[in-house]
Amino acid sequence: MTKYRINKTKFVDQTKTVSFTFDGKKYHGFEGDTLASALLSNGIHLVGRSFKYHRPRGIMSCGSEEPNAICQINDNTDLTEPNVRATEIELYEGLKASSQNCWPSLNFDIGGINNLISPFIPAGFYYKTFMWPKSFWKKIYEPLIRLSAGLGKSPTQPDPDIYDHKHEHCDVLVIGGGISGIISAKMAAKNNLKTILIEDKNILGGSTIYQNNKNFIIDNQKSNEWLMNEISELEKLDNLIIKTRTSLAAFHSYNYLLAKENISDHLPLDKKNGSIRQRLWKIRADKVIVAAGAIERPLIFNNNDRPGIILANSVKKYLDFYGVSTGLNNIIFTNNDSAYETAVSLFEKGISVKIVDIRKKSSSNIVKDAEDLGIKIYWNSTVVNTFGYKKIKSIEIMNLSEDGSNVTGNKHKIQCDCLSISGGWTPMVHMHTQSGGKLDFREIDQVFVPTEKNENHINVGSCNGDFELEEIVKNTNNKVKKFLNINEGGFDKISVLCSKESEKKNIWLLPNTISESKTKSFIDFQNDSTAKDIKLALREGFKSIEHVKRYTTTGMATDQGKLSNMHALGIIADTAGAEMGTLGTTTFRPPFTPLTFGAIVGRSVGKFFDIVRKTSIHEWHVQNNAKFENVGQWKRPWYYPISNENLHLAVQRESKAARDSAGILDASTLGKIDIQGSDASEFLNRVYTNAWSKLGIGKCRYGLMLNEDGMVYDDGVTTRLGENHYLMTTTTGGAANVLSKLEDYLQTEWPELDVYLTSVTDHYSTASICGPNSKKILKKLFPNKDFSDEAFPHMSYQDAIIDKIECRIMRISFTGELSYEINVESKYGKSLWENCIAAGEEYKITPYGTETMHLLRAEKGFIIVGQDTDGTMTPIDLQMDWIVSKKKYDFIGKRSLYRSDTMREDRKQLVGLLTDDPNEILEEGAQIVSELNKKPVEMIGHVTSSYFSPNLNKSIALAVVKGGKKMNGQKLFVPMENKNINVTVSDFIFLDKENKRINA
Amino acid sequence: MFVINCPYCGERDQSEFSCGGEAHIVRPKQPTELSDDEWAEYLFMRKNIKGVQFERWNHTHGCRKWFNMVRDTSNDKIHAVYKMGEKPPVI
Ligand SMILES: [Zn+2]
Repeated sequence: MTKYRINKTKFVDQTKTVSFTFDGKKYHGFEGDTLASALLSNGIHLVGRSFKYHRPRGIMSCGSEEPNAICQINDNTDLTEPNVRATEIELYEGLKASSQNCWPSLNFDIGGINNLISPFIPAGFYYKTFMWPKSFWKKIYEPLIRLSAGLGKSPTQPDPDIYDHKHEHCDVLVIGGGISGIISAKMAAKNNLKTILIEDKNILGGSTIYQNNKNFIIDNQKSNEWLMNEISELEKLDNLIIKTRTSLAAFHSYNYLLAKENISDHLPLDKKNGSIRQRLWKIRADKVIVAAGAIERPLIFNNNDRPGIILANSVKKYLDFYGVSTGLNNIIFTNNDSAYETAVSLFEKGISVKIVDIRKKSSSNIVKDAEDLGIKIYWNSTVVNTFGYKKIKSIEIMNLSEDGSNVTGNKHKIQCDCLSISGGWTPMVHMHTQSGGKLDFREIDQVFVPTEKNENHINVGSCNGDFELEEIVKNTNNKVKKFLNINEGGFDKISVLCSKESEKKNIWLLPNTISESKTKSFIDFQNDSTAKDIKLALREGFKSIEHVKRYTTTGMATDQGKLSNMHALGIIADTAGAEMGTLGTTTFRPPFTPLTFGAIVGRSVGKFFDIVRKTSIHEWHVQNNAKFENVGQWKRPWYYPISNENLHLAVQRESKAARDSAGILDASTLGKIDIQGSDASEFLNRVYTNAWSKLGIGKCRYGLMLNEDGMVYDDGVTTRLGENHYLMTTTTGGAANVLSKLEDYLQTEWPELDVYLTSVTDHYSTASICGPNSKKILKKLFPNKDFSDEAFPHMSYQDAIIDKIECRIMRISFTGELSYEINVESKYGKSLWENCIAAGEEYKITPYGTETMHLLRAEKGFIIVGQDTDGTMTPIDLQMDWIVSKKKYDFIGKRSLYRSDTMREDRKQLVGLLTDDPNEILEEGAQIVSELNKKPVEMIGHVTSSYFSPNLNKSIALAVVKGGKKMNGQKLFVPMENKNINVTVSDFIFLDKENKRINA
Repeated sequence: MFVINCPYCGERDQSEFSCGGEAHIVRPKQPTELSDDEWAEYLFMRKNIKGVQFERWNHTHGCRKWFNMVRDTSNDKIHAVYKMGEKPPVI
């Protein structure tokens, strides 16, 4: 045993040695230790440097509130994790931990120089100093701040661990496995309610489980022994799930809660064996009982941050739970009775202890015990300074004045190696407020306590402001009985004895002899904000707690101010002469303790990140070397390079082949909506800008769909399959939204229409064959069919059979070429495609992808919704007046086309652009200007589509330009980083304006 | 994360639904008769109340039906759900 492991306990198995390293040096602890308790057992307090002043800092607590002992785990491996609290991580064989924020080393820290110049780093220092000159930001300020700021290091490799999500429903969820949580869970489960109890530590019992003081008796047993029996009974209950190592992350409305379970973090590396690391529980609970406990408050005095200054109850936990003494010569500095339990426990183990108490007296049993044991108590006294650089060595104390606002008398110096501090308790109301609950301020002991919010959630135990054992047990029993509507609580006749606190006194900022500007009384230890900073912020005019918090960064570190928020509020209230209760608290936001990204995303990584949709022809594309493009969730062939072709060369070849002979495109991803019903034609009249009633059966028509604001929303060809039956196609990306929009109108505006919509996108596969030889290929595929223009004209459809498979052939064109689209049921898509390729072989049929499709349609001046439009383009802006019916009384968006704004002549309008140098290709998105020398440069439009056309042998582009309709032939400029490109506005139909090729 | 009682399916998790904004805004029957201001009133103006608000919701990942909901936006309490075309309850 080491010098500081002075006690044997049930919770640490001292027969099982565990070795670990800290900052590269090897140490030993035992199974059941945390990293913090193991370090303390080796006499190590100094574990880091503070964030701003790089002051030496030690372990200060034993839980999630720890501000100082944050470590990098497994440094320089892909498992590395920063900002792990040493007080929370369980020790395992082979654990490698290192201190953070103390380059070049923990013991020699160059940033400590900040401590010497600290009078010059007050609140808002960074805001004030690094403002000007602006040019200094990138080269000087930012690198400087980055070098000295920040906590740990991020891993550089993808997270190799597995994370899991689990949905769970229950009648009752109990948060916290301390005494009140255990009582609540037992009551719920015994009354046939499906109950879940979560506890963030590895064992149940909270602080009562190591409470061996003789003043705390339940049913004639010491409270820890009584609770031990309760836990073993609890574990036998059927309808209770107990989840230890599980911490609540968030409490959302309607009792929806997130909790993170650590599954393998505490296991030695060789035993993790690829098991799940953490599981995020998504719990929907009928009722929630919060038993989250309370956090001990520090005291705020000069130099209150030295290593060896530890919260008093944590000192007791290290002693009675882990068997570790945090010092051999202790002083306890307190404003309340609870720290006396620590004193008595230390004394009983033969460890030297003295007490400094700011109160004038206290007559409770526990204080009497301490006095009877002969423990020296300095009443009405406060610590005014501490000494010792890397570890506390001594303190100076003085008497308090009558009202506590000042110090009197002489300084008295006392030697020590550990100072335990206790400023009382703060109920953990975080969960309550996260769920929307409100708080009341309780004057007598200066705490915010929950006001009950709704019938489905209560707080019990010390998180509800019940601090004494008797009231915890009795109130929990009574509240839970009422909450769960239970007659017999099971704890009704219990007898509880405990020491009762009679004297209460609280001073947020303890007085001193020296002026405030020369003191360092830390409030937020992790972010290094002091009482002085808060007062400065108030002097500079900040009033709201939320503003003071941000300006001083108090409460904004990874511990979210668990230790600091109350003192910040208290000092603001004292300084501003305001009531604490009226100031309100800052907002507690989830997560309560930091969550790993892994736990948040769970299994949704890699190929499970999003759904991948593939057409039935996909395999053929893969085998034929297609490069794919993501279009929404779809994988679409982008281009099909041959040997070493790049994108440009492949697209040039594909585009030429499609116009010179034949090309084939997998068009299966286009959205398809089957529309049926006696009002189908009327429905189309209302949703498209053009008229549909007179479209003959077997005919196809292009339609443009607007939003109610008149802007183009979607387009596509719709085919009339029968009297009351249409097949609508939509853009690939817009399919789901179009269906939703149509359903919305049908259900809410026009419920009288007899129309039925079915999404059939996935039901059909489509091969689109275009080019002058396409008709010959179709004839080979369908030898019995008449493909003459008279029998099968452009914009019509016919049923056909291929290989006994029914198919629909539409003669429609998105390229301007003679073109046919063949649709079959999806399962026959690949065989159809292979038939087409085989039939087209003699015409060198060329598969082409989305890039060539885009180029071909741009040559023809066909828009792509979402590329050439952006939600601000009307059909008039697109020069598509021809498709907007003048006769129809109404359609979606019609009225908006006559708003004064949509009728402006200087709106951005679609034009063609030709570069003066035909080989110069514009960049899509590039801005367009009309005058280069006018400052500021007025941007009058931008390029929306741009390609080198192999069929025209020149660069072409589509653009939207203010007033562009009237600018044909005008010279404009596209300024780029290093040159200005001269362009001329042209017609946006670059090829075959007379539509000869469609009937070639 | 609310639990929403779809009038067609019953209680489901909020993640199955999407909100469609303020309810009871009827598309004018004769849009061409309206002035620019009147049309803009229909098209753009929404209340966005802090407090009790009447909203349209769609059971997107369920029955795909639209329905109305009365929700207090300040605390997410749902006072009522009712089908399209039904009279709004008095809250
Ligand atoms: Zn539904």
